[in-house]
Amino acid sequence: MSFFKGFKVTAEQIGHVVTVQYPEHKRPKPERFHGRHVLNRYEDGMEKCIGCELCAGVCPARCIYVRGADNPEDAPVSPGERYGFVYEINYLRCIHCDLCVEACPTEAITESKLFEFSFTNRQDAIYTKSELVVADDGNPQQLPWEDWNETSRQDTSSWMRATSPSGSAAFEGTTQWSGELGYGVRPPEPPQVVARPKPLDSEAPAADPEGGDGH
Amino acid sequence: MMPVALAHLVAVGDPLFSGGAGDTLATLAIVVLKAVVTFVVLLVGVLFMVWFERKVISDMQNRIGPNRAGPFGILQTLADGIKLFFKEDLLPDRADRRVFKLAPYLSLVPAFLAFAIVPVGGTITIAHHKTFLQLADPPIGILFLLAMSSVAVYGVMLAGWASGSKYPLLGSVRASAQMVSYEAAMGLSVATIVLLAGSLSTHDIVTAQSGGVTNLFILKAGLIPFFIFMIAATAELNRPPFDLVEAEQELVGGFHTEYSSIRFALFFLAEFMNTITMSAVVVTLFLGGPSGPGFHFLTWLWPILWFVAKLFVFLFTYVWLRATLPRLRYDQLMDLGWKVLIPASLGWLLIMAAIQLELWYAGVGLVLGLLAWAMLARAMRVGRERSASTFARGGVTP
Repeated sequence: MSFFKGFKVTAEQIGHVVTVQYPEHKRPKPERFHGRHVLNRYEDGMEKCIGCELCAGVCPARCIYVRGADNPEDAPVSPGERYGFVYEINYLRCIHCDLCVEACPTEAITESKLFEFSFTNRQDAIYTKSELVVADDGNPQQLPWEDWNETSRQDTSSWMRATSPSGSAAFEGTTQWSGELGYGVRPPEPPQVVARPKPLDSEAPAADPEGGDGH
Repeated sequence: MMPVALAHLVAVGDPLFSGGAGDTLATLAIVVLKAVVTFVVLLVGVLFMVWFERKVISDMQNRIGPNRAGPFGILQTLADGIKLFFKEDLLPDRADRRVFKLAPYLSLVPAFLAFAIVPVGGTITIAHHKTFLQLADPPIGILFLLAMSSVAVYGVMLAGWASGSKYPLLGSVRASAQMVSYEAAMGLSVATIVLLAGSLSTHDIVTAQSGGVTNLFILKAGLIPFFIFMIAATAELNRPPFDLVEAEQELVGGFHTEYSSIRFALFFLAEFMNTITMSAVVVTLFLGGPSGPGFHFLTWLWPILWFVAKLFVFLFTYVWLRATLPRLRYDQLMDLGWKVLIPASLGWLLIMAAIQLELWYAGVGLVLGLLAWAMLARAMRVGRERSASTFARGGVTP
């Protein structure tokens, strides 16, 4: 009587609650969660952004506006020749695809895990450089309308560190990123160094020397 | 047998009205009081039922359900009701205004009236007047329920027709077809019970079932009328899996698409009131209503507790059905109603009638019933084959 099996299935669900009471109880966010951006700085306090506008060029939502300028001789902002003079992100347009993070040659822009922020007018939705650049302790600025929790606040570049550098599995475990203000050179994320779970498709070669499965 | 049954009908009745003409005022007061109490209890019951349904179905879907208004969200329905009351009351331009405004009441009033015949407890004494714990015990009893559920069709049908919009119209066409089809099967299974009880009065039906589990009509009538009545009642209520009338995916909201504000709330009130009423009627007809073992203290309370406990089982079953079963297709609905339920209930009624007279009549009835069933099955198969071959030849089915 397969007709009655369905009744058993629904009855068995009673007591297994999956939903959490969101504002009071928050689940830990995934390792590679895409939240609002931060502009990183080197350990010596210099800004990483060089004003190349690659992020603005790759952005599918056209939400980034960058204007580069030559570094002032006496007080350089970034180690290179130029720096991001104007940097604005419109969060009414951003779709958090992280293509800007992938495009950035200096790891200047990364995404934090913050998504709980709101605005009361359109102008406030445009974050400028003064709001995006990390504070002097290396953590994102805690703006009054943003609801941060401490652990996600300290972890703004894990997406980058969780992927294989250059998309090649052969570079697993190697560090190919620069240091960050307040944290130095961070270690690779756990998924990289811990043994991977077996691939679902058992026919696929388990040990590919060149790491061809870098999809 | 007939004279006995008739005498039975005349002899009983609510003791409230057998006191003579001396105290009509007190009698009237008690009747009004009972009506008000019934209405309030039913309204509170609806508040509870909506909350209960949402809570149970969210349990079955791994959710939490309403939990903000009041403890365990029990006041959620009240909050929704208040919200609906203050919403703008839209009246479509192309609507038939008078009928559009009338339809919700045609839904609600029968829903309330149908509950009037349900006995919810034993006999109580108010100010030296003995009376049944049921709003009315008319001699036509259960026929009144069938009449009311037929009138309720008009509420749905006129709502769809008066909206001046296509989806409500389609919904109401479905509704009238569905409710009319299933009414027949429901009436025939009720007839089986009436046959056993020898009376139409709900009070007598309950009395006939007192004194032991074996007296309950669910067993005495042989389970089949019970299942037929349950299926037909679910269809009458337009509840899943028979909610083709509302069918959100196909018809937006069905007959109440154009309704908003308090008129929409009235439809919902009626729907849930009907759910409670139908569960109560199933309890009355098949499970002996308020009868059950009691104790010597608080003698008036035990029947009510038994009634509520039995009612609760069916309310839960309705929610469970909704959580489990997908909606039927329209042709499946009609097939089930006309080709399965009506023949089955008719055949069973004949067999039960034969048993009442002589046992060997029942044997003859059974053989005749099987023969009729075989002929019906054969006719259906021939019909299917013919239409299939017509399709195969590229022809059009008539």
